Amino acid sequence: MSKIGLSMLALLIVPPLSAQNANEILARVDQNLSATNRVMESEMTIHGRRSSRTLTAKSYAEGTKKSFTEYLSPVAEKGTKMLKLEGRLWIYSPATDRIIQISGHLLRQSVMGSDLSYEDLMDDRKLSEIYRAELMGEEQIGERVAWVLELTAVVADAAYPKQKLWIDRERFVPLKQELYAKSGKQLKNVLFQDVKKIEGRWFPCAYVYKDLLKQGKGTEVKINRIAFDQPIPDYLFTKAALKQ
Amino acid sequence: MIHFLLKGVLHDRHRSLLPLIVITLGVALTVLGHAWVNGVLGESFVMSAHFSTGHLKAMTRAYAEEQDQMPIDLALIGVKEIMDELAGIGEVDWAPRIRFGGLIDFPDESGSTRSQGPATGFAVDLLTPGSKEIDRFNLTSSILSGHIPTREEEALITYDFAEKFHIQPGDRFTFFGSTMEGSMAFGNFIVAGTVRFGAEALDHGAILIDLTAGQRMLGMPDAAGEILGFFNNNRYDQKEAQAIADSFNARRSGSTDEFAPLMVTMRDQEGMAQLFDYTHIISAILITAFVLAMSVVLWNTGLIGGLRRYGEFGVRLALGEEKSHIYRTLIYEALLIGLIGSVIGTVVGLALALYLQVVGLDMGDAMRASTMMMPSVIRTQVTATDFWIGFIPGLFSMTLGNALSGLGIYKRSTAHLFKELEA
Repeated sequence: MSKIGLSMLALLIVPPLSAQNANEILARVDQNLSATNRVMESEMTIHGRRSSRTLTAKSYAEGTKKSFTEYLSPVAEKGTKMLKLEGRLWIYSPATDRIIQISGHLLRQSVMGSDLSYEDLMDDRKLSEIYRAELMGEEQIGERVAWVLELTAVVADAAYPKQKLWIDRERFVPLKQELYAKSGKQLKNVLFQDVKKIEGRWFPCAYVYKDLLKQGKGTEVKINRIAFDQPIPDYLFTKAALKQ
Repeated sequence: MIHFLLKGVLHDRHRSLLPLIVITLGVALTVLGHAWVNGVLGESFVMSAHFSTGHLKAMTRAYAEEQDQMPIDLALIGVKEIMDELAGIGEVDWAPRIRFGGLIDFPDESGSTRSQGPATGFAVDLLTPGSKEIDRFNLTSSILSGHIPTREEEALITYDFAEKFHIQPGDRFTFFGSTMEGSMAFGNFIVAGTVRFGAEALDHGAILIDLTAGQRMLGMPDAAGEILGFFNNNRYDQKEAQAIADSFNARRSGSTDEFAPLMVTMRDQEGMAQLFDYTHIISAILITAFVLAMSVVLWNTGLIGGLRRYGEFGVRLALGEEKSHIYRTLIYEALLIGLIGSVIGTVVGLALALYLQVVGLDMGDAMRASTMMMPSVIRTQVTATDFWIGFIPGLFSMTLGNALSGLGIYKRSTAHLFKELEA
């Protein structure tokens, strides 16, 4: 049989990498990354053009619509708190004893000079709720084999209309992510590292963000402790909790 | 002969007074017009210098590349040391400043956000006795309500901003932005007063705070976004500025540090070179048009003067005076009247121009709606050119007018003179 004939046969035998499969992969990723609630202690190292600095924070999240973060160090940031409720964000500054709501284009600003925007922090929705996936193929990322998914937003308020996502074939966790503007210009990329099995799910415990529009060497986020489905008191997700 | 003609000019007012008055007025207007055009165009440069560029500006090399974005993370560190170095350079006053951007949040009675909007901020030295920054920002006459800050926690906000958010002096607001390190910057301020600078870009939404308050809020101790230099005579001198900048930069020429200080002249800053060239062209066109218009007026005066003396020339010809002699004396007289008129006109014009240069003309009310970056008090600017520019229309045009009208002398026939005179 000729090479062309063999190829035709292969196309008939091997099932196509369908959109259905891609969306199923995305749903499996969501199962790993999303939880009813979670409590997390993390550190963020921001590598600026001039120097690097590390912040530590403790975060509480319930579902995808409520989260509360308190910065623990350094001294300049200690006591600064952020509350997200139903798509709205408030920041409390102990120095001024004021609660300020962040909205509009300010949500696209950098958080603490990092490569993450407020929008990045706020958008906790499941990927499968925001994007339609298409499987583009497979690639090797380090020692892991990954599916390459191309995601197109199906909601109008997605922070990034397009994404490219490399998903670990075995563990269903992202290994690499490229974030694009509507114009097709790449805005950021994210590397997911230190994937650990926590409470029965695979979870990346370190990320490296790089805002490509920003000079600097990127931002590293390291999760020191994470616990899923923990009891979190309701009062924490109120504005009153910010001043406490 | 000149002495004789001068006597005639001075004593025979009938033939010299009117041309002299017209020339004096024309020359004075030319001198004043030239100084006015220079002053108006110069003032817009003064305003740009005061608000944004300085005559010289020191900043880090990295900041210079992105200065439109007000990147305080790339600001100069070690400002005291740099200021000590700059103190010995030229007749220049140096002023550290911080330009920053962020959000202004106005609280309601419970302290929650009532309204908020993006703002451009200036942190300048408002509190040090003798600081010239208040004059540079023209605060005394730009302030519409309240007072100039007297404490670090006080701020000025632009009038349009205050109107939009219903803010009055005494109200409080919180600034939210980023520190030099990138952390969140917060600062509570009391509105000391409202100002209108007369430039839409600023009046849309700007705040002015004291430098020390800005340094503390933005985490910039001993740091500033830029250090602006202003010549003490407030006149930009490109050669002098370039020499100072070259000397300053030469001391760091071996450094590859992107945060090493870099000094640039006003002309070297973005868009300023084109603006300088464009302004010079516009100035030249305006002044040429004005001088040409005055030349036509004075030429006409010369022509009329020559024609008015038609009868006199006839008598002189009848008495046997040569045509060429009459023509020459006409030209000499014109030169004398033009010279005297030009000298008096230049003195009068310079006096008026110097007065307006010192006192200025308050156009504040007329420029309320202006969106250009222009000062409310317009001043003339007297330059060396003002000492001679009036002589172009005063001397040459008057003489040319007389020379043309005098050509008629040669066309007159002696045989018909008595008939003409009888008529």
